Order: sequence, then structure tokens, then C-alpha cells
Amino acid sequence: MAQLTNAFEATGLRAKPGLMERIDLPRRVVFLAAASMIAIVALLLAFIFWQGIQLFVKDGQPIGAIFDSTWNPLADTPEFGILPFILGTLVVTAGALLISTPLSVGVALFLSEVAPNWAKSVVQPALEIFVGIPSVVWGWLGITVLVPWLSDTFPNKIAISMPLVGQVFSMPGFLTGFSWLAGSLVLSIMVLPTITSVSYDAFRAVPQELRTGSLALGTTRWQTIRHLLIPSALSGVLTAVVLGMTRAAGEALAVQMVIGNSPTLPAAITQPVTTLTSQITLDMGNTVFGEPWQDALWTMSLVLLIISVSSVVLVRLINKRRIGQ
Amino acid sequence: MPATAVYPEPLLRRVEVAAPVAAAAGEAVTQTGDVKIATEHVSISYSEKVAVRDVSLTVQPRSILALIGPSGSGKSTFLRCFNRMNDLIPGASVKGEVCLDGENVMDPQVSVVELRRRVGMVFQRPNPFPMSIYENVAYGPRRRGQNDRRKLDELVETSLKRAALWDEVKDDLRRKSGLALSGGQQQRLCIARVLATDPDVILMDEPASALDPVSTLRIEELMRELREAYTIVIVTHNMQQAARVSDVTAFFTMAEDRAGYLVEVGPTGQIFTRPTERLTEDYISGRFG
Amino acid sequence: MTATARPAPGRSMAPRPSLRSKTSRGSILADRVATVALWATGMFVLVLLGSIIVHFAVAAWGVVSPSFLLSDPSGETLGGIMPVLWNSIYMLVLTMLIAVPVGILGGIYMSEYAPDNALTGAIRFAEESISSVPSIVVGLFGLILFVDNAHWGFTALAGALALTFFNLPLMTRLAEQALRAVPQDERSASLALGATKWQTIRHVVVPLAIPGLITGVILTAGRVFGEAAVLLFTSGLGTPPHYNFTNFDLTSPVSPWSPFRPATTLSVYIYKLNSEGLGAFKNQIVDGSAAVLISMVLLFNLGARFVGRLLTRRMTAS
Repeated sequence: MAQLTNAFEATGLRAKPGLMERIDLPRRVVFLAAASMIAIVALLLAFIFWQGIQLFVKDGQPIGAIFDSTWNPLADTPEFGILPFILGTLVVTAGALLISTPLSVGVALFLSEVAPNWAKSVVQPALEIFVGIPSVVWGWLGITVLVPWLSDTFPNKIAISMPLVGQVFSMPGFLTGFSWLAGSLVLSIMVLPTITSVSYDAFRAVPQELRTGSLALGTTRWQTIRHLLIPSALSGVLTAVVLGMTRAAGEALAVQMVIGNSPTLPAAITQPVTTLTSQITLDMGNTVFGEPWQDALWTMSLVLLIISVSSVVLVRLINKRRIGQ
Repeated sequence: MPATAVYPEPLLRRVEVAAPVAAAAGEAVTQTGDVKIATEHVSISYSEKVAVRDVSLTVQPRSILALIGPSGSGKSTFLRCFNRMNDLIPGASVKGEVCLDGENVMDPQVSVVELRRRVGMVFQRPNPFPMSIYENVAYGPRRRGQNDRRKLDELVETSLKRAALWDEVKDDLRRKSGLALSGGQQQRLCIARVLATDPDVILMDEPASALDPVSTLRIEELMRELREAYTIVIVTHNMQQAARVSDVTAFFTMAEDRAGYLVEVGPTGQIFTRPTERLTEDYISGRFG
Repeated sequence: MTATARPAPGRSMAPRPSLRSKTSRGSILADRVATVALWATGMFVLVLLGSIIVHFAVAAWGVVSPSFLLSDPSGETLGGIMPVLWNSIYMLVLTMLIAVPVGILGGIYMSEYAPDNALTGAIRFAEESISSVPSIVVGLFGLILFVDNAHWGFTALAGALALTFFNLPLMTRLAEQALRAVPQDERSASLALGATKWQTIRHVVVPLAIPGLITGVILTAGRVFGEAAVLLFTSGLGTPPHYNFTNFDLTSPVSPWSPFRPATTLSVYIYKLNSEGLGAFKNQIVDGSAAVLISMVLLFNLGARFVGRLLTRRMTAS
């Protein structure tokens, strides 16, 4: 209330503002709180960048060597090719998005176009609970339910044959169930709430008059969704997919628990693979600060950081185009 | 308050006046003679609340019927039962019959999709789709499976010409977004979009209320031209507009329970000069509403 | 009535087919199929959540009991999860003590002050960037900053700070949304009475936003409680010792109250048990722990809803 008293003491409309008012301490404090996020990002980028380049600066590895496919940190001349991890992250993420995007966009369309109020008021809270389920719990579900199911259901070679042409497709069965597919499936459920909620917002942002306009032309609801809503909300849906991708590529524990962690190039969805996050999680505790092996892990984190920051930039580009239209 | 009592007499007079026109259109008229749309005892309610009570009237082919009356008298709600747009509002229910060419559109076997292609609608606020002018007009035909490029080109051109927009947009049909047009142009684009689906009837819900006076006049002019080939029902707040464009005028007002009802319907000239009902006269002369 | 009733060019005057004709049968069928499919996706979410809850209810049956919650882990018997559960709660409180004030103040800036300039843009960019940085990388950042460079070693405080970094954007955004939801009229009314901007925020805007702010706090808490990847390399993943709750010596590395001690949380413990894979009761313990985590998530979620609704009702009633 001190300021209020000051205001009463001031005489005339041109009275000089008091010292407190000129300093405007509250404004400065809240600004610092918000700007702290800039400091956090700057520090984080600086530290991870510095650690991430040690492999090249201090340990003398050529930059090109990381795109080698051999990972053998314990050999006499250790090799730090992280290509298997980069590709692993890419393929597991791609698999997750392939499964999750149609499903999530479907849920978003259900909520925004089809669901009666009662259904909305159950499905939306359910999605929020999904967001809250910790990743170790998803990983554990993967281990105890999904992985055994996969290995029990498809233990043998999976092949598709066609008359005349012969075998057109063949793939080894699940040996253990720990696999690329298991990782993609677990991730697809984990990113479902992200993709759903962002695309839901995009669909809701399409003005109601456009829906009525389309229906009044004698189109069905599905035609309106397919030919009007999805094109109109496309940039929002793309944003949703990119955000889902970021989350999938950065998820560590759940993936590490179900993909089998084999540092080889991805071969088939039934085979174990590994990702950047899962290798970091596994190895970080076994290495010593400053040794080349750990430096390679920092380089991998730098790659992850680059992926996530570029996705933020990508989202901004997508949305700028929409506003510019 | 029952409103049907006013129904038969003005209509009979209307039939007399319009008979020669209808006869000239001879071969296009269906078995029901010169009636394009007929509503019988139509009542519309939202959940418990009655919005429109017991409206019966007929619309001649190739004529313009104007629905006038104070806000809340249920004109727009009534208009929306012609193409069953009320179906989209949860809790809305329609009683009575709405016949298009003698077929009851409320019949559960009627395809709403087919009905809305036959009965197009133009809204209060222009609502072009966020796509090119060309795609806006081609939207309806494409959804009916018309994908022939030449036929679509032709259809887009005739529709835009008929909506008096062709000359203004023909140079960047495919590049310019429908949203980049002016308000009046957008509304004519929406009319072209409706024409492209080849309707018989066009419903217009205060089509000019969001436009400037010049654009309004152009829309009115366009309506007079369209009247030669289409049946038009227009809701308007603007009495001068109703007087300028329509052949028949129906006056709606509210009962004490706020349900809208039809007071009287008759040839526009007669409604505006010597209405039968006191309520109509009061409204026309600006004494209420 | 001079209008000649000639058909407009291109208008066919052939009699129309009945409105009941099946000309658009294909698109109507497609519409039905799509509607069924969209319902199926919505119901899939419910069925999945239902099965997960049932799965854990069954798996945790006979495991989760008061003694499971209140005793130390044991090698030979089922034991309990008391120390890790305590650590989860401790870390939650410690993190929220830092994240809530900073987040709400930041939200006040973003909602009430932030001008439309490059600096605000930079803050938003930072906000989005941290949200998209993988949690494991945030954990590694905590490792390099606190554990290695500051020589704290694995400590609860390092974990809490890393968790704060990770969740600050969420807290700030939820606070900003809650504050923005306060109608502009309330601000104008207060300013018109001669109150300063800060007085208006302090006495009008923030009190009106309390329900939204509390919902934001609870949602953030739910995320903090289950997080593991951030903590693996900051607060550590060792087996916690027996905690003596009468030891209030905050410098002691074994005092449960000290922020300068390793603190393995429930989520990290699940991860640890799974990767080390030891003990006859591993599966039961993990199932029980997961069930406890899920119950807490449900509790946080329902709590956020309930408290938000209760406060809104109380405020609008008074």
C-alpha cells in the first residue's frame, strides 16, 4: 500500500513520479523471472555445445568419423561412429509417427467434429492422464505386455508370397520382442496426446461458417473434413506432427527399455536397434568425465539438441507461412 | 395465437397475379403446378423453446419471396428448414411438412446431401473457403465427383459470369485466394459457388447486411437476374430491399411467448401499400420492430 | 411482370430426380465409414486408458499395502519403497518451491507487461526451445553444471534445479494463460480508480486468476513427480539408505531433509530395478511402484480439476 500513499501525496497532474514508481521494481522482478528462460537456454546451448565438440577438439577425432557405422569404444583404437544411433532415432521416430499421426488426427477430428459433449468430456481428460503417465511406466508396460506379446505372436520368419512372382517380402521374426517396432509402438502412444491436442486446436480454429458453408453445398461431413477442414488446418497439423517428432526423438527411458539396444544399423522392424537417447542413458554412468567415450556421448547429446532446436525453428517457419498467406 | 387464419386469401390473390408467368415457364413446371416450395404447419423448436409456430405458405417457381419481420421472429430459422440446416443444431426439431416440388424434405428417406444441392444457401457473412477463387467455385461440383478439367473450367466460368463476378476475377482465378476479394465480391463468389452446384432454389440469409451500399445494390441487381432461372427466398431486415427485389413478401413477428409466427403473406406491392393486418401496417410504417 | 422465363444458359430444364434417389450413395457411405472410424479412434483412447488402469490394479493387487509404502527396500523379501517415495515427494516440494514463484512471476511479465518486441520474441523462443529439448539432455546439462563443474556431486538440489529448468516453460505458460483469461474490464476498472499497474496486478488480476494458477501448479507437479530422465545423472540412482527422520542436520549426506544428498525417486527407482534386473521380487516391486505412480498421476489430474472448479465456484459465488 506504500505506493498508494505516494500517489496521494503527489500534487497536481504533472507531479513528478516518485522514486519507487520510476524504478518500477515489480516490473523488473517479473521481467527477470521471464528472461531467466533465455539464460537457461543460452547456458544449456553453450555447455552442451562445448562438451559436444570435445570429441573433435580434445580427442582429435575427425568430424567425418562420427558418421561411420562402427561403434566400438572399448577397442584398442576406439571407434566412435554414431550413425547407428542417428539412424536408429530416425527410424524409430518415423515408425512412431506413421502409427500415431493417423490415429491422433483421427482422435482430434473425433473431438472437434463428431463427438457429442459426453464423449468429449471423457476423452479429453483421458488424454490429459496419458500425458501424465511417466515414461518409465510406459517402458515397463512395454516390457511386461508388448514385448512378450510380440515374441509370442510372431516368433517365426514373416514372409509374403505371391503366385508366380514368388516371395515378395520376408523379415525375420521377433527373437526376443525387444525391437524397433516395440519402440515405435510405445512412442506412438506417448506422442498421441501431443499430436492430438495441437491438431485439435488447429481444427477448432477453422471458423464455423466454413463448415456450414460447405455442408450447405450438399457435401457430407466427411467430405467437409477431408476437403475443407484438413487443408485449412494443414499447417496446424504439420506443427503437431513436428512437435510429436521432437518428443519421440528425445524420449529416453521408455525407448531404451524396449528396443533391445543393439548398436547396429537398423535392419528390420522385428530386430533390436538403438537410439541416441538410449545409448546416452546406458553409457553415461559407465564412463569417466573427460574420456573420449564420454565425449562421444556428449556429441550425441549435441546432435539431439540440434534436432530439437531445428524443430522449433521448423514449427515457426510453418506458422509464419500460415500467417503470411 | 394461431396464425394460419391469414393464410389462404392473400395466396389466392398471388396466384391470380402470377399465373401468366408460371404458364410461360410451362415445360419446367412439375406435376404440382406452379408451386416450387410449400410449407404446411411448420413449427420449429430448440429443446423446449418454440422458435417458429405453425407456418404455412407457398413459393412460386422463379420468384423471389422475402421474409421480413423484427429480430427474433424466426425468419432465419424458418429459412433454414428449407434445406434442413436446422439438422445441424443439436436439439432442434421441425414439425409439419416442407415440400420441394411436391416431395416432403422432412421425410427420413430424403437425402440431405441431395436436398442441399437442390436448395443452395448464401449466408449473412460472406464465407469463402481459404482456397483459390477457382477452387471455391469448383468445390461443390468436385464433391459430386466432377473431375473433368474442361467441364470444371466451363462450369466455373458460367457460374462466375452468372454471379456477375467473372470480369473482375478472370485474370487470376487460380492464383488469388477467395479471401483476398472485397466483401461484396466475396458474397458474389459465394453465390457463384452455390450456382455451380446447379440448384433450383437459393436461400439468402440477409445476404447484404454485412456489405456497403454499392455492393448491396449489385447483389440486389444480381438477384433480379437470377430470378429468371431460380427460385429465391431471402431473409432481410431491410424493408426497402424487400420492396425493391421481391415478388412476394411474408411478414413474421413474435407472439407473447416469443415464438415467431407468420402474420401475412402476399404480393410485395400489396403488403407494402395496403396490408390486411394491423401488425404488418405498424411494422411497415416503422411503428415497431 | 415483364420477366421472360427463359432458362439461363447452361441450366438444364429436365425434371429433377426424386430427393430420395440414391445418386450420392457413394459419398454417404464414405461418410458413414469415416464416422465409425472416428468414433473408433476416440473409443480406442478410452479403452487403452481403461486397460492400463485395470492392468496395474491387477498387477499391484497384493503388492501395494501400507507396509509396502512405509518400509525400506529389502534384498530377501518384498520390502517397500518408503525412501524413494519420500524422495519423490521431497524433490517435488523442492522443485515447486523454485519453479512456482519464478514461473508465476514470469507468467505475469508475459501476460501483463511483455511489449511486442524482439526481447519478448526471444523469451518465447527460449520457452519453446526448452520445452522441446529432450529431458535426458536437460539432465546432462544439470550433470555438467552442478555435478561436475560445481562439484556438488549427485544431490537433490541439482536434480531439483534441473527439473525446474525443464518445467519452468510449462509453469510460465500455464500462469500466463491463467492471467490472460482475466477479463480486460477488471484491469480497466482498477486502473480507472487510480491504482498503479502493479497494484492492479497484485490485488485484482492475480486473485482472479487463482483457480487457473492452482490448476497450472498441479499440472506441473504431475509432470515433475513422474520425471526420471532429468534425474538419472543429477540426483543419482543409487539405492537410498535407511532414512532417520529425526536427523535434521542439513549438511549430513544421510539426512532425509538435506538437499545436498543423493535422492533416488520412485520413477528413477523403477528404471534402476528394471535395468539392474536383480531380486526375486523385482517384478512385483516395479508393478507396485508403477501403480503408485499412476495413482499419483490420477490424483494430480483429478485434483487439478476439482480444486480449479471449487475455487471458481467459490469466487464467482462470493
